Formats: sequence, C-alpha cells, structure tokens
Amino acid sequence: MTAAAAAAPVTWQAFKSDYKPIWCPGCGDYSVLASVAKAFATLELRPENVAVVSGIGCSSRIPAYTSCYGFHGVHGRALAAGTGLKIARPDLTVLVAGGDGDGYSIGGNHFLHACRRNVDITYVVMDNHVYGMTKGQPSPTTEPDWDSKLSPGGTGLRTFHPLVIALAAGANFVARAFSGDPNETARILAEAIRTPGFSFVEILSPCVTFCPEQREWKSLVRPAPVAATDDPARAARRIMTDDGFNIGVLYKGVRKPYQPPVGKAAKRPADLEAGFAI
Amino acid sequence: MEVEAAERYASFADAMDLHNNREVAELFRKLARIEQLHADQLFEEDLSRRAPALPPGGLRWDGGEGPETAAPDELHYRMQPYHALQIALDCEKRANKFFSEYASKTADAKLRKAAREMAAEEAEHVRLIEDWIKRTPPPEKDWEHDPDPPFVSD
Repeated sequence: MTAAAAAAPVTWQAFKSDYKPIWCPGCGDYSVLASVAKAFATLELRPENVAVVSGIGCSSRIPAYTSCYGFHGVHGRALAAGTGLKIARPDLTVLVAGGDGDGYSIGGNHFLHACRRNVDITYVVMDNHVYGMTKGQPSPTTEPDWDSKLSPGGTGLRTFHPLVIALAAGANFVARAFSGDPNETARILAEAIRTPGFSFVEILSPCVTFCPEQREWKSLVRPAPVAATDDPARAARRIMTDDGFNIGVLYKGVRKPYQPPVGKAAKRPADLEAGFAI
Repeated sequence: MEVEAAERYASFADAMDLHNNREVAELFRKLARIEQLHADQLFEEDLSRRAPALPPGGLRWDGGEGPETAAPDELHYRMQPYHALQIALDCEKRANKFFSEYASKTADAKLRKAAREMAAEEAEHVRLIEDWIKRTPPPEKDWEHDPDPPFVSD
C-alpha cells in the first residue's frame, strides 16, 4: 500500500466485506451493519485497526460482514473475548456485538462484569426481544404476555432492564438507538466509541419474521426529551420511567477506563505447558 | 439523497437474491441503477450549473434518512414485483413532496428554482413508476403463504 493510500480516508462501504448478510429481508440488523460501518468511517478509523467480536445468534454474524478483524465467539462470551483482546491490544478499537439472548441471558454474567470493569470497548446489543436464529423462543427482554407457539399465553416473566442494569453495574456510557434510523444510530455509535470506558448501546432492531408486530416500533420511537446526564441516579430514574422508546445518549460518565499495563508476557507458552506436565 | 436511495435498493436486491426471490432482486437492482444514474447526472451535469449555496447545516428533513430512501423494514421475503414498485412509488412521492414543500417555503430565489426543478424531476419519476405498476401483474392472492414457514413448532 502506498503512503497516500494508507492516509486516504476509508469510506463506510469499505468497512463492509464481500459477504452478503443472510438475515431475513426487512431485519433491522442490516441497518445496524450500515450504522456500524458509518460510525467507523466517521471516526476515520481503518479496518486494520478495528476488531468486531461477537457471540452466537443472528446479529452475532456481524463480524463476517465487516472488513475489520473479526471473532465470532462462543454463545454469551463475546464480552469476555472482547475484553481480553482490548487488554492485550489497547491500540485496537474493539466493538463487541450480539443479541439480547446472547448478551442478557447466556452472557448475562459477563455483561455485568464488563460494565463493572469499564474496559474501553463498545458493546452493541441488537435487541429484538426474541431468539431468532433458533426460531422464536422468548428472550430476557420478551414482554411477559408475548403469545407464541413456543410460549403459549406468554412467559409471565418480567423483562430484563438492560440499560438500568448497565448503569447500576458501572457502564460509563449508556444509549438506546433504533435500527430504523441508521444515520442517528451511526452518530450514537460514533459517540460511544469515542467515549473512553465501557460504552453500551442497545439498538432496537426488529425481527420481522418472529415478531412482525415490531414493525410498529418506528411509530413509537422518539428522541429522548432531555440531553444525556453524567449522574447515574438521574439517568436510572429517567430510564426506569420511560417506555423503552426514548432514543439517544442517556448517560455519559467520566469514570476512568480500566487498562492494566501491557508488558512482555511473564512466561513463554512452553513454560505454561510445563506446569501442566504429569 | 439519491445515493442513499440507490444504496438502500442495492441492499434490498442483495437480501432478495439470498432468499432466492430473483425477480424482485432484479427489480431492486434496476431501481438502484436508476437512482445512481440520477445521482451521477446531478453531480456531473446539473449540479455545478444550478446548485445554489445551501443554507447553513444543509437541507433538513423529518426522520433520519432522506425522503427518497425506502424504510429498511419494508421487505418481505415472499414479496412480488408489484410490492417493490409500490415501495419505489412511495419514495418518489416523498421526494416530490419534500422538494415541493421546500420550494414553497424558502425565501432564497435560487434555492426555490433548484427545488422546483428537483420536484419536477421527482414528479416525472412518480409518473414513470405508476406506468410501470400498470404493466405489472398485481400480487397473487396468497403471496405471503409459505408452504415451509419459519414457524415449525406445531
């Protein structure tokens, strides 16, 4: 690559790979992919300096659809992998992505502690309130009365409240976005990436196959009526009393990110192996 | 606006291709080419001649995307060409409305003239799509019916 090519800004399209997404037509995740790519381009990042890490599920296919470094990890463990990567390679921009089942159920414990650790990564959850890849089981954010063939009459269980939980656990940036507004979502993602520490962005991303009623979300979402606060208690009150459709940055803190010094490995792999020798 | 509309149609075409709905995929690809052509024409020929200085902050519209961009959730994997053309018609109508309203509101004479020209072009597109729809068979009665639907838990 010539010096001029290396210095040239990368278009958002260049952050997309040649693989075509296999999501259902109309799925919100298409727009999230475009928003992620636009956010990277807005920040003038380069694909070789970005890693996209995911777990399992429809939305977790996203690393393959970007031209950045990617890691399609184990179910619910995307944050663990992303945290490790950032600690080892603080020079990389690390974006962890997944769905509500992957992040709040199977990966719920990792979610809490990633917020608490406040490593400088951005976590994007494409929340469609359902396990889409496995054909429509209720997830932690499914409404208690959501009636389906797999949950007749609904689960009757109260929903998980990810934004408030993220705040309580220590996330430094909390926002809600909507896939139907990709440009605003890109703006929020760029701000999340730019903000030091653990940034959590929940993106309402309709599943038109198993929850066709979510097409109505576009008439329910609205910009949050007030600007982001740096007071977690105030942010928590606002989030607890909204109806889940206020869009925007809701909390932006000033907590210093956790980043241990990266030194030379204390031991070589062979030394580690020796410890397990029988 | 035109480039964004073209990109959305291209994305729709890819999605329909992967779901083996080739006819609709080809139609979206054609729409993407038309929008891109319009964008290219504006950039290469007309824009330098007629483009007035935009107001501070550029043009603004309601919603996050341009008025000519199809909403991302408007697809159905079993949709037919008629449906795709209806989406395109709505987009052209929105674009026409946007430029017409802008022309009637702006106090800048140059901007008004440019907006009127754009509104006229979009009105022509509306007519073309309406003609296209007339030549397109309406959707079959059970177009949504899938003999092997995603829900298989019965």
